Amino acid sequence: MNMGGPEEGVMSTGERLIYMANQIARNLATEEPGRAAEMVAEHIRLFWDPAMRARIVALAAEDAGALTPVAAAAVARIARA
Amino acid sequence: MSFTREKDHGTPPALATGRNVTLTIDGEQVILPEGTSILRAASLTGTAIPKLCASDNLESFGSCRLCLVEIEGRAGYPASCTTPIAEGMVVHTQSEALKQLRRGVMELYISDHPLDCLTCAANGDCELQDQAGAVGLREVRYGYDGATNMGQAKDRSNPYFDFDPSKCIVCSRCVRACDEVQGTFALTIDGRGFDSRVAASEGQDFLASECVSCGACVQACPTASLIERTVVESGTPDRAVVTTCAYCGVGCTFRAEMRGEELVRMVPWKEGKANHGHSCVKGRFAWGYAQHRDRVLNPMIRSNVTEPWREVSWEEAIAHTAAEFRRIQAKYGRTSVGGITSSRCTNEETFLVQKLVRQGFGNNNVDTCARVCHSPTGYGLKTTFGTSAGTQDFDSVEHCDVMMVIGANPTDAHPVFGSRMKRRLREGAKLIVIDPRRIDLVKSPHVEAAHHLPLRPGTNVAVLTAMAHVVATEHLYDEAFIRERCDWDEFQDWAEFVSQPGRSPEATEPLTGVPAEELRAAARLYATGGNGAIYYGLGVTEHSQGSSTVMAIANLAMATGNIGREGVGVNPLRGQNNVQGSCDMGSFPHEFSGYRHVSDDGVRGAFEAAWGVALDPEPGLRIPNMLDAATDGSFKALFVQGEDILQSDPNTQHVAAGLAAMECVVVQDLFLNETANYAHIFLPGSTFLEKDGTFTNAERRIQLVRKVMAPLNGYADWEVVQLVAKAMGLDWDYTHPSEIMDEIAALTPTFAGVHYDRLEAEGSLQWPANDAAPHGTPTMHMDGFVRGKGRFVVTDYIPTDEKTGPRFPLLLTTGRILSQYNVGAQTRRTGNSAWHAEDRLEIHPVDAENRGIADGDWVSLKSRAGETTLRALITERVAPGVVYTTFHHPDTQANVVTTDYSDWATNCPEYKVTAVQVGLTNGPSDWQRGYAEQTRQSRRIAPVEAAE
Ligand code: SF4
Ligand code: SF4
Ligand code: SF4
Ligand code: FES
Repeated sequence: MNMGGPEEGVMSTGERLIYMANQIARNLATEEPGRAAEMVAEHIRLFWDPAMRARIVALAAEDAGALTPVAAAAVARIARA
Repeated sequence: MSFTREKDHGTPPALATGRNVTLTIDGEQVILPEGTSILRAASLTGTAIPKLCASDNLESFGSCRLCLVEIEGRAGYPASCTTPIAEGMVVHTQSEALKQLRRGVMELYISDHPLDCLTCAANGDCELQDQAGAVGLREVRYGYDGATNMGQAKDRSNPYFDFDPSKCIVCSRCVRACDEVQGTFALTIDGRGFDSRVAASEGQDFLASECVSCGACVQACPTASLIERTVVESGTPDRAVVTTCAYCGVGCTFRAEMRGEELVRMVPWKEGKANHGHSCVKGRFAWGYAQHRDRVLNPMIRSNVTEPWREVSWEEAIAHTAAEFRRIQAKYGRTSVGGITSSRCTNEETFLVQKLVRQGFGNNNVDTCARVCHSPTGYGLKTTFGTSAGTQDFDSVEHCDVMMVIGANPTDAHPVFGSRMKRRLREGAKLIVIDPRRIDLVKSPHVEAAHHLPLRPGTNVAVLTAMAHVVATEHLYDEAFIRERCDWDEFQDWAEFVSQPGRSPEATEPLTGVPAEELRAAARLYATGGNGAIYYGLGVTEHSQGSSTVMAIANLAMATGNIGREGVGVNPLRGQNNVQGSCDMGSFPHEFSGYRHVSDDGVRGAFEAAWGVALDPEPGLRIPNMLDAATDGSFKALFVQGEDILQSDPNTQHVAAGLAAMECVVVQDLFLNETANYAHIFLPGSTFLEKDGTFTNAERRIQLVRKVMAPLNGYADWEVVQLVAKAMGLDWDYTHPSEIMDEIAALTPTFAGVHYDRLEAEGSLQWPANDAAPHGTPTMHMDGFVRGKGRFVVTDYIPTDEKTGPRFPLLLTTGRILSQYNVGAQTRRTGNSAWHAEDRLEIHPVDAENRGIADGDWVSLKSRAGETTLRALITERVAPGVVYTTFHHPDTQANVVTTDYSDWATNCPEYKVTAVQVGLTNGPSDWQRGYAEQTRQSRRIAPVEAAE
C-alpha cells in the first residue's frame, strides 16, 4: 500500500537509540559532566531493555562520534557494567 | 438495587459554620446546622413539604409558592425553601389554610398543563403529578379552555432529549441547572407572566444553541417538558444500578436505570464523590455504542492480514492465541512477544494483562496507552514528590484562590470538573491559563481569566522557568515551607539556576511569544494570591520535554508552598477513565503495581512467591521500542487489549510498519478498530456495562464498575485473558474480579486496604488506602512528601528538534473536543456525531488568507512524516503561525503527520508540536485513499459456509 512516503526525518532504530541517548544527556546537561554521565547511565539502566542497551553499546563502538561526550561516557559505563 | 428515585431535600446543605440551631417542626424538636432551609430541615427529618421549583442541587428560588408553611409569631405563609431555620422557631407544615393555598397554586399549574398523564412518557416519574397528588388536587375550577401554552411544537433537535414547551410549568429549574451546575448559561425564561417560556440562547433550537447537552436541565425538570428520548421510546425504568462512567478521568458515577435488561438512561448519581450528581454529554447520553451493530461479537482469526476474517468458536480462538504465542517464543525467543494494557479497561483486567506478560510470557514487555499521554507525569511527580499521582481530590478546587490551568482544556476534555472550576471562578477565584489556544475557559459567561499566556507550542519549560525566575528573584517563595519540607540545598541550586538573567521573562519572550509583563503578573498572582492550584493536561506531557515540564510545575508548587493541604496542589487531568489505574496496576515495562521497579529484589520476590515463577529483573520494551524491534525483526507478537495504537500513536506509518512486521497481532476490542487492520486474531471485548471491576479516576479514587447486563460477546474481558492464560498453562482460577483486587491488595502496599466490601461500604477509596489510611487519602503529602524531602529539579529549556522552516512554517498542535472521545471508536457510534461529524483544521485568518484558504475549504496538512487532508475552520482561537486539529476520526488520522519525536525521559510522543505546511487541495491524499481501500479489504468477514 502507498503510505504516502515520509520524505525525511524518520529515523532507523539505530539512529533513534543514538538520538534518545543524546536527548537524555542534553536534558541532564546542567549537571557537572561526571554526574551527568552517571545519571544518563542510570536512566538507561532503569528504562531500556537489555537488547536496547546492548545495541547502544555496539553502536557507540561502531561510530565513536555519534554520541555526545556525556552520552558516550554514560554508554561506556553501561558497557563496563 | 430496585427502582427508587434519589431523595431530593429541596435545597443544598448549608455552608458549614459549625453552629446548630434547635427548632420545632410539626411538634417535633429538630437540631440542624444554621443556614439550613426549613424545606430541607423538614425533608431531613422525614416531612416532605410539597415543592416544585426547588431541588437540592440548586439555590432556592421561591417561585412556585407550593412549599408555603406557617411559622408561629410570623405573619403570612413564607416559602419554606427560601426561609432559613432559626433558634426556637415553631413551624407547621400542615393546616387547612396551607392545604387550600397549595391546592390553589396547583390548580393554576394544572389548568395550563395537558392532561395526557396516561400516555405521557413521564407517567409515574413526574413531580407535577406527584405534587398534585400530595396536595390532594381533585378538580380544576378554571377549566381548560382559556388561553394555554398547549400545542406548541416540540424541539427535537438534540439527539438525546426532547423539549416540549406545552408541558413546561416555568419553574426555572432547567435555567438554574444550566447556570449554576453546568455554567453554560444557555437557557433563559423569555417573556413575562403567562407568556413566559423557556428558550435556548437567542431563541434557537437546542442543537444550534450554546447548549453542550450535559443533561443537567433534563434531570432538573420536574415534568416531561425536558425528557430523555430513550424514556419516550422505552418507557420509565424499573431498577437502577450504580456504576462508573467509562469515558474520561473525572470518573463520574451514574445510576444506570434499567427496564429489565434494557438500559433506559444514565442519570448522574448525587452521592458520587467525583461528580456530585452532574455529568457531561458523553457519560450521560453517549452509551449507544454498546449496542451498535458494528460491534463484533464472535472471535475471528486469519493467517494473513490480506485475507478476510473467519469467525471461530471461543475455544478455537483461545487455543490458537496460546499456540501462536508459544510457537513464536520457541522460534524467536522469550522476549519476542509482549502486550499492551488499556486505560479503558478495569484495574483488574489491566492487572491480569500485565500478569499474563510477566508470568506467562516470562518478560516485561508490557506497556499501556498512558505511554502516549501521562507517562511524563509518572516520571516527573515520582522524581520530585515520590509518587506518580495528582495530589488533591476534586473537591479541593472549592478551596483554591488561584487556579493555574496549563495545557488542558477542562470544559471539553474533563467537562464535569470544568463546570466545578467555573463555579469556583464565579465565586471569585482567579484564573491563569497557559495554552497556545484561547480555550473556552479564557472567556466564557461570567468567567474570565486574569491572565492568558498564549505561548508558542513547545516552550512550556521556558515559560515555567521564567515564572520561577520571578518567584525566586522577587523573593515570592515560601522559605519556611521549603526549609521544613524540601531539600534546602537543592532549592538553592534551583533558585540560582532560574535566577540567571537568561531565564527572565524578558529574555525568553522572543522565543515563547509570551509578553514579559503578563508573565510576571501571572507569576506574582500564583505565588501570592492565596491557595494556588495547578491543573494540567496533555499540553504539558506530550512534548519532547514533557517530563521536564511536569517537574517544573512541581518546582513551582513547592517553591510557593502550594502543596500538602486543601485548595492547592499539582493535578494532572487524566484523559481516559482509567489512566491512573492502568499506571497504578503495573502496566509499565519497568514497574510492578504501585510504581516499584522490577529490579527491586524484595518486590520481585513477593510477586515470584505469589505467582510461583521466576520473574525477569530487567525492564521490558515500551510501545515505540516494541514497534522498532518489530521493524528490525526481533519482536513478533503483540496482545493488544482495548487500545487502538494505529490511530492513537504518533507517526501512523511507523506504527503500521511495525505491526505489519509481526507474525501475530491479537486485538481485543469492541470494534474492528484501525489496529485490527493488522491483526491476525480478534477477540471481542465487553463494555463497562457488561462487567464488574473498578476504575481509578484522576483523583486516585477507586470506584466500582457494576455489571448491569450480560456481556453480548459472552465473556467479560478479564475472563478472556484468564482463558488465554489457562491455555498457556497458567493456574489462574479467578471466579470474580474482587479476587483479582484481593491479589492486588496483597501485593501492593498503597492498595492494601482496597477490597470490594470496603468499596461497597465507603462508596469509593482514594489510594493510598491501607492500615495507615483506612479511609483513603484525599490530599497527599500532608505531613511530608512520599519520598521524604521534596526534590527541586533543575529543568533546562531545550527546544524541540521539530523545527519550523521554509517548507514547514506552521506549528500543528492537537487536542480533543467535548462530544468526541479519543479516537472516537465509541462516540462516533452515537448521536454525538451531531456535534462533530469530522475533524477540522483550525487556522488563523492571517495564515488562511496568505494561502487563499476560505472557511470550509479542503486543505492538505503536510509534515516531514506524512500528509492528510481535512477541512479548514478559520478562527482567532489559534495564534498566527499555529494550527490545531482533533484526532477523533480515522479518515483524517491526524497522526499521519505527527512525528516520532518524544519526551526524553519516557518516550511519550510529541503530539503537541509538529512543523507543517497547509495548502488548498481538492480531495483526500493518496495515503487516505490507499488507507480507505486497505481498511475496506481488511474488514471483510468470510461468509459462514452452509452446513453439509
Ligand atoms: S443540556 Fe446542559 S448545557 Fe444544555 S441547556 Fe441543559 S443544562 Fe444547559
Ligand atoms: S422545562 Fe422543565 S425545568 Fe424548565 S422551566 Fe419548564 S418545567 Fe421547569
Ligand atoms: S465528565 Fe468524564 S467521567 Fe464524567 S460523564 Fe463526562 S466523560 Fe464521563
Ligand atoms: S419549592 Fe419553594 S417556592 Fe417553589
